[in-house]
Formats: sequence, structure tokens, C-alpha cells
Amino acid sequence: MKTRTLLFATALSLIATGAMAQANRNQFPQLGGEALYKGICQDCHMPDGRGAEGAGHYPALAKNPKLAEPGYSISVVTQGLKSMPAFGGALSDQQIADVVNYIRSGHFGNTYKDTVKPEDVKNAR
Amino acid sequence: MTDFANEKLTRRSLLTAIGLAGGTAAMYDAMLSMGYAANSDFTGPITLQGNAKGASVVILGAGIAGMVAAYEMRKAGYKVKILEFNNRPGGRNWSLHAGDSYTDIGGTTQKVDFAPGQYFNPGPWRLPYHHQGILHYCKMLNVPLESFVMYNNAALVHSANAFGGKPKRFREVAADYEGHISELLAKATSQNKLDDQLDKDEKDGLLQMLKSWGALDKNYEYRKGDQSSDFRGYDVPPGGGLQAGPVPSDIMPRKELFNSSLWNALYFPKQWDFQGQLFQPKGGMGEIGKAFGKLLNGVIQYDCKVTNIRQDETGVTVTYINSKTGGAPKTEKADWCVNTIPVSVLSQIPMNVGPKMRAAIDSLPYLPAVKVGLQFKRRFWEEDDHIYGGNTYTDQPIFNISYPSHGFFEKGPAVLLGAYIYRSGMRVYNFEALSAKEQIEAALEQGSKIHPQYRAEFMNGVAVAWHRVPWTLGCSGLWNDALREKHYADMCAVDNRIVLAGEHCSHLMAWQEGSVLSALDAITRLHKRVMSA
Repeated sequence: MKTRTLLFATALSLIATGAMAQANRNQFPQLGGEALYKGICQDCHMPDGRGAEGAGHYPALAKNPKLAEPGYSISVVTQGLKSMPAFGGALSDQQIADVVNYIRSGHFGNTYKDTVKPEDVKNAR
Repeated sequence: MTDFANEKLTRRSLLTAIGLAGGTAAMYDAMLSMGYAANSDFTGPITLQGNAKGASVVILGAGIAGMVAAYEMRKAGYKVKILEFNNRPGGRNWSLHAGDSYTDIGGTTQKVDFAPGQYFNPGPWRLPYHHQGILHYCKMLNVPLESFVMYNNAALVHSANAFGGKPKRFREVAADYEGHISELLAKATSQNKLDDQLDKDEKDGLLQMLKSWGALDKNYEYRKGDQSSDFRGYDVPPGGGLQAGPVPSDIMPRKELFNSSLWNALYFPKQWDFQGQLFQPKGGMGEIGKAFGKLLNGVIQYDCKVTNIRQDETGVTVTYINSKTGGAPKTEKADWCVNTIPVSVLSQIPMNVGPKMRAAIDSLPYLPAVKVGLQFKRRFWEEDDHIYGGNTYTDQPIFNISYPSHGFFEKGPAVLLGAYIYRSGMRVYNFEALSAKEQIEAALEQGSKIHPQYRAEFMNGVAVAWHRVPWTLGCSGLWNDALREKHYADMCAVDNRIVLAGEHCSHLMAWQEGSVLSALDAITRLHKRVMSA
């Protein structure tokens, strides 16, 4: 079964990287915090950052005290956490800094002043 | 079938003999080595040998894995109870019919406004013939199956960047790739360029094969004519009486074809999972879950949101609240627990298992996936384009259009799968992040490039983004080799009184067969522990 799974994964990745693929499909094309949030994060954390609750939940980003520490946000976006996928491989340092700043500073009622720089992301990888 | 039955009888007699001679544990070891409880192939319905003496088991989740576990363990003498989050059986085995509604985790409700008899499978939708486990339960439950058309030569392959964005028929793409490749290889062979690798007999054999397989003419060239059109189709097909004779079709120029990505689609009919024969339940995939739910009437308690799972030396206590109204927590106690809650959700529920299983549960992300069902006023794909079932592929984000494999030639509205996006890179997340309304609009916009009839014929649609499904938070466990190496065995191991099951505990990611095989394997190992306790 192991071999078959490998074959399957290989075939899928071939499809994903087809000869005419316009861009690298394993990287997000969105630039800027807003485009990144709307293109990725709002799927689960919702357009207004309030999170959602079902059999499990997606944490709210609005008024979430865990956001006080910028390194935490960088780590969760980059490495993932439980059902949150790791996006580090699909986003540049700049993109991660932009989306973390979008969430922490100026949106969803969050007004943290200590913005994140791409170097902070690079050092945290 | 007779041979199969005899084989089982022989094995069973042998197992009984081993059981008598060596005790229960010896019998189970023998069963494992004989493949009865093999975790990768379904070899027939299992029999949990030995009397469970009314031991109780609480099963979390009434999806395929949970219901297989409940059915088989009840048969073996266990007292079984299932706690289920939804108010219906099936889990991801699920079809949306006229009159149904679906509310996602963000609170967006979509009403399904399909015509009577029309449906859409947001989750699994096809059953390969070699998935003998799930097929076994379909037979057992008397769920009628019909053919699922996976590959249709008349269906389309589309690339926005090739041939002016004009879709091509599967038969044209396959014939032209094979024709051009055959011609090249025939040339290389005849020009003695492969002489260091092929002797004369091999060369003759290869040339004969290429001529036939590649539809080459007498000069071993792939040209417009009867041979190529016999494979790729005619511009004017053969007619009767005084009608014009057949007019061959133009072949796609080699350079343009080889520079395109149309070859991507040719992978599907070749892959084992999709080769066919494939099946679907009549009336929707959800018929399996419904039938299983009926069989387990009284066993399943619906609307239960599990909030805590605790085991000690005396048993397992599961705490839950009403998933709709909340309210005071209740508890369900049992001797053992089969836990089929997707680990995307389970990772958030307190449960006292060992650090290895905990690490496994906390490490598995879930696949993003979106499906869009579109209802049209008529079957224009059949009436105008002569496509009866099967799949069209595009390099646009919607990736896959699938035509219904049922109700051929019917008049009136019909539903097709307008988008199925799962692993086309990061754009799956981008598509998931759209609202349901935007997903339907995107499916229409991109589908119109393939079927210009879309806008005029469209009635309504339903979109399901799996990360927003409240009870799974994702489509399926997204294992990769590194994760599997590190955590898979710990995920599947029995932790004292608790064992996990579901497609996430299988090598068949996102397939119902994985749920069946995982459940059978998990309860076999759990039962062994019960018998030796």
C-alpha cells in the first residue's frame, strides 16, 4: 500500500505542476495583507475574524489575547497548529509578515503597534 | 463465489481448531497472519471470534467507519451505542436532494432547490470495483448500485492556454498524443536510431504495434485520414443513403499539442482507482448511510457534540451536549470506545490518551476541497454535445466537471458536478475562501468557457467547501510520507480502551473504503484486547 500511495501522490503532484501551469501552484499569488486574508484565512476564521464553531471550532482572531505575542501568529501561520495547516512553504516572508500585520494591527479590533517585518519571519522559520 | 465461500469455510474450520488447541490469543495471532484482519485488503466479512459477553462499546461518529464498527461489534455480542453530531447517519457519506438545506460553520445556509429526483454528492461519489469492503456493505444493505461513468471519450479536455481555449474531446486528445508519439517512435525505429536497444524482431514487433495503436498510415505516419479519424472521430461522420461520405477530421498539430498541458487529463483513465468499473448508489451516495442508519435503528443517538473523552481502569466516559441547543452535559459510559471523530475535530476535544497518539492527532492537517453542484434546465451536454456521463477536465481552478451517470435522455432539469477542486495546489484554499455564492459564480464563469450553454440554462446551485463543514473541518486527513512515517502507527494503535478509526486511519485517503478497512482492522485489534482482558 505504501508504494501505491507514493504513486498516487506523485501522479497528483504531476498534475499540480503541469507543463502549462501559469504560476507555481504551490505558492499563493496574493500580495498584501488584505488580499492574503481574503484569499486564505477567511475560509475558516470568517470575513470578520470572529471564528466559527461546529463539532470543533476555528478560533476568533478578533479579541484573541494570543495575538499579543507576534511570534505566536508567525509560528501558527508558518508551522500550523492542530487542524490549522502549515502555510510556511506556500508564502514568502513578506506575505506572512503582511498577513500577520493585517490581522494584528488595524483589523478585527486588534491594534497592536509592534508590526512584524519579513526578517522576523525569516528568523522564525 | 463458490470458491470464495469454500475458502472461507476452510479457513474458519482451521481457526476453530487453532482456537481449541491454543486458546483465544493464539487464534487471533493466526487470524492476523492468515490475512483475516489484514489492514490493506478486504478479503471478506470479518467474524469477531469469541463471546464479548455483553461488553459495552461507545462509538463516536455515525459515518461509514462508526456504523461498520457498530454493526460488526453488535453481531459479536457487544452492547453498542453511537453518538453522532448530526441529525442523520452517514457523515461524509451524504447527498443533498430537493428540499434539503445545508448550513456551514460560518452560518451560511443554502437551500437545495433541485427538481425532484435530482441530487448532489458533496462528499464521496464513486466506488471503484476493487473497493470490495464498501461494496460488501452495499450488497448487505441492499443498496442498489448502478454504473458510474468515469471515462467518456466524448467528454472534454480544456486548457485556457491551448488551442485558443477551445475544449477538445478526450478521444481527440488521446488519439493525437498516441498518434504523434507513435510516428516519432516509428521514425526512430525505422531510421535505426534504436538499434543499440532493439534487435530486428523487436523492431518489427514494435512497428506493427505502433501502426495499430497509434493509427498510423501505411507509411507509419500519423496523418489526417480514415485511420486517425477512426480513433479521433470524423468531421462528417459516415452517413446513410445519398448523404456525403465520411469526412476525416484535422489532427492537432504536434507542436501545439506537445506544448499544451492537455496530457494531464490522460492520467485519470489509467489510474487504478479510476480505471473502472466504477459504481454509484442509485439516488445518491447518501443511500448507503441511510440504509446503515436504518439497520442500526435505536443504536445511534443524534445531535450529540462530544466535549470530553475520559478513560480509566473501569471504562470510558464520554461527555456530550446537544449539538443544536447546547444545554447540560450528559455522559455515556462504556467498557470500550471506537472513536471515528475526524482528528481535525478530535484534536480540540480533551481525551486522556498517551503522548504518542496525542501527537499523532495534533499533527494531521485536513485536505481542502470544494464541490459545486449546478442544476440546469436541460441536459444540454447530452442533447447538444452527446456527452453521456463521464468527466471533463480543465486547467482552470474548477478542475473537473462531471456529468450525471444516471437519468440519461430524461427531459427537464438535471444536476451536474460543476467543480471539484482538491489538490490543484494552493488555489484550492483560494477557492475555499470564497463564499458559496462566489463559488457557484466561479463555477459558472469557468464552466462557460467549456460549455457556452451554461448561462442560458442555469437554474441554481449548491457549493460545499470542506473546511467549512461544521463536523469535519476539512475533507480528509492529509497525510504525506514524512507524517505517516512519524505518526501513522501511533494514530492507529489501541490506547488502553480507545481505538481510532476512519479514513484518516487508512492508506486510502478520502475513500470510503479506507473507513471500512480501518474500522474492521480497529475492532479486530480492540476485540483481541477485550478477549485477553
